[in-house]
Amino acid sequence: MEQLVSRAGLWFVIVIVAVMAAAMAHDGGFAVHMMIVALAALIGLWVSVSGADYAAIAKGILRTPDEGKYDDDPIRWGVLATVFWGIAGFLAGVFIALQLAFPLLNLEPYLNFGRLRPLHTSAVIFAFGGNALIATSFYVVQRTCRARLAFPGLARFVFWGYQLFIVLAATGYLLGITQSREYAEPEWYVDLWLTIVWLAYLAVFVGTIVKRKEPHIYVANWFYLSFILTIAMLHVVNNLALPVSLLGSKSYSAFAGVQDALTQWWYGHNAVGFFLTAGFLAMMYYFVPKQAERPIYSYRLSIIHFWSLIFLYIWAGPHHLHYTALPDWAQTLGMVFSVMLWMPSWGGMINGLMTLNGAWDKVRTDPIIRMFVLSLAFYGMSTFEGPLMSIKSVNSLSHYTDWTIGHVHSGALGWNGMITFASIYFLVPRLWKRERLYSLRMVNWHFWLATLGIVFYAASMWVAGITQGLMWREYGADGYLVNSFADTVAALHPMLLLRAFGGILYLLGAVLLVINVWRTILGHQREEAPMTTASYDEEADRPAVAVPAE
Amino acid sequence: MSMHSTYDFLRHLADSWGLLLMLAIFIGLCAWPFRPGSKERNRQAAEAIFKDENDGE
Repeated sequence: MEQLVSRAGLWFVIVIVAVMAAAMAHDGGFAVHMMIVALAALIGLWVSVSGADYAAIAKGILRTPDEGKYDDDPIRWGVLATVFWGIAGFLAGVFIALQLAFPLLNLEPYLNFGRLRPLHTSAVIFAFGGNALIATSFYVVQRTCRARLAFPGLARFVFWGYQLFIVLAATGYLLGITQSREYAEPEWYVDLWLTIVWLAYLAVFVGTIVKRKEPHIYVANWFYLSFILTIAMLHVVNNLALPVSLLGSKSYSAFAGVQDALTQWWYGHNAVGFFLTAGFLAMMYYFVPKQAERPIYSYRLSIIHFWSLIFLYIWAGPHHLHYTALPDWAQTLGMVFSVMLWMPSWGGMINGLMTLNGAWDKVRTDPIIRMFVLSLAFYGMSTFEGPLMSIKSVNSLSHYTDWTIGHVHSGALGWNGMITFASIYFLVPRLWKRERLYSLRMVNWHFWLATLGIVFYAASMWVAGITQGLMWREYGADGYLVNSFADTVAALHPMLLLRAFGGILYLLGAVLLVINVWRTILGHQREEAPMTTASYDEEADRPAVAVPAE
Repeated sequence: MSMHSTYDFLRHLADSWGLLLMLAIFIGLCAWPFRPGSKERNRQAAEAIFKDENDGE
């Protein structure tokens, strides 16, 4: 009872402090954010008071978690959050794609491109991808350590604290609160909050590894741990800033000039390397062998893959600053390490794909495996394209053009999206104790809609990017640039439409995911023809009898 | 080794001994799974994820 009272008291104090901060705020955005914090604390207060088991408290019963069962509640919430934020992020993406094609859709001030673009990137990377990573890491670390999740209270704090971070970040963008650092737009107080949540996440993850019953720490956990640790380091260094006021949303970076730019891209590229690559590779190293029902092709290769990625990725950031004020040697260093990264990336892709060695028929018969294979194929393609684009001479054509956007999306939609969808399809029947998914044929439709969407997206952006790059550098006989910027925008219009069409297809695929997950959770099973059956012809299934001649 | 500035000192350390040390650690870590007798351990580690075919329920 004392514990309950002190917990309720703590919530109450947070509500009071947040409301006071809102009242004394220096700007409107900060006030709105503090009211959101107060609302979140009120919900927390209500849940802890109304949800408490008073009968058990009165009798003095201490409920301890059953160590013989996995703690799957935060994972179930995480899967639902992943699906929800995925739809939100894809919808924002389609909308901003249409804004680029039809500028009229820029609804000032809250829904203009400048505010919605970070909303889209953060929603898909941190909300969709982040929730997928947290949920799957809690699932995989328990299964591979054969131990229940450590610190159950902290694990729930991680989930809800992360959702609060997402809400604060997203509403902040719409209100115009940003520190203008790519993929790190939230302001100082939201960054501090994420640091607390992230350290709690690290504690839960490491705590579970410490209490493991398996002697060996499975390689997927290495990837997850490197992702959690590196993101903590990147996040803290990149967001070093001094707030103007403790009651205002504005802050200034601790770095200036080219140092600031390099810090940002050291963060930015490693966010790709450790959030979108190492973390998702952890998913690959667990879910692909599980779904294929065969062990990873080479465990040794997976370890080499791991260390090469760790040692090389961290140096690749400067390739975002080619032909800038960054010293030339630093640009070359970034380029060389990016090119070297091609090897471990392809080693990892081959390791994942060759896991299917001897079971390639599963690509035909199992749409979930097909999704995994496609995601690995896109991992290979985008990690080939990336080093190519980091070469200075190629970069002089591709930089600042839509080619970059196409590259990022072949990685994000193809690799991160597809592996997340496949992992969700793997997890949902297991987490909700259902015999099977609602519909495998729907997974198949999802696969083809998403694949076709990516093809439209990547192809149109290649054409658009190279068009842009060539038009920007075109000189006339008299030494003047031939095209104005507006000329290139006009030339790109059909490509922008095709890109939006690709995005819509991808979104439609995700809608099928929502229906499938929803109906699976409800326990429905769609009656449908199986994906494959051996052929059978009843007419021919009889003894051969000689037919008398007429 | 020049000592006239911290930058200069660190820069030369990074592209000589520092680089060598990182390379040695990297090669050591990559060679580790190939040490004699590790084949069986690697096989067990790769197959450990199938011990819980009913996912612990």
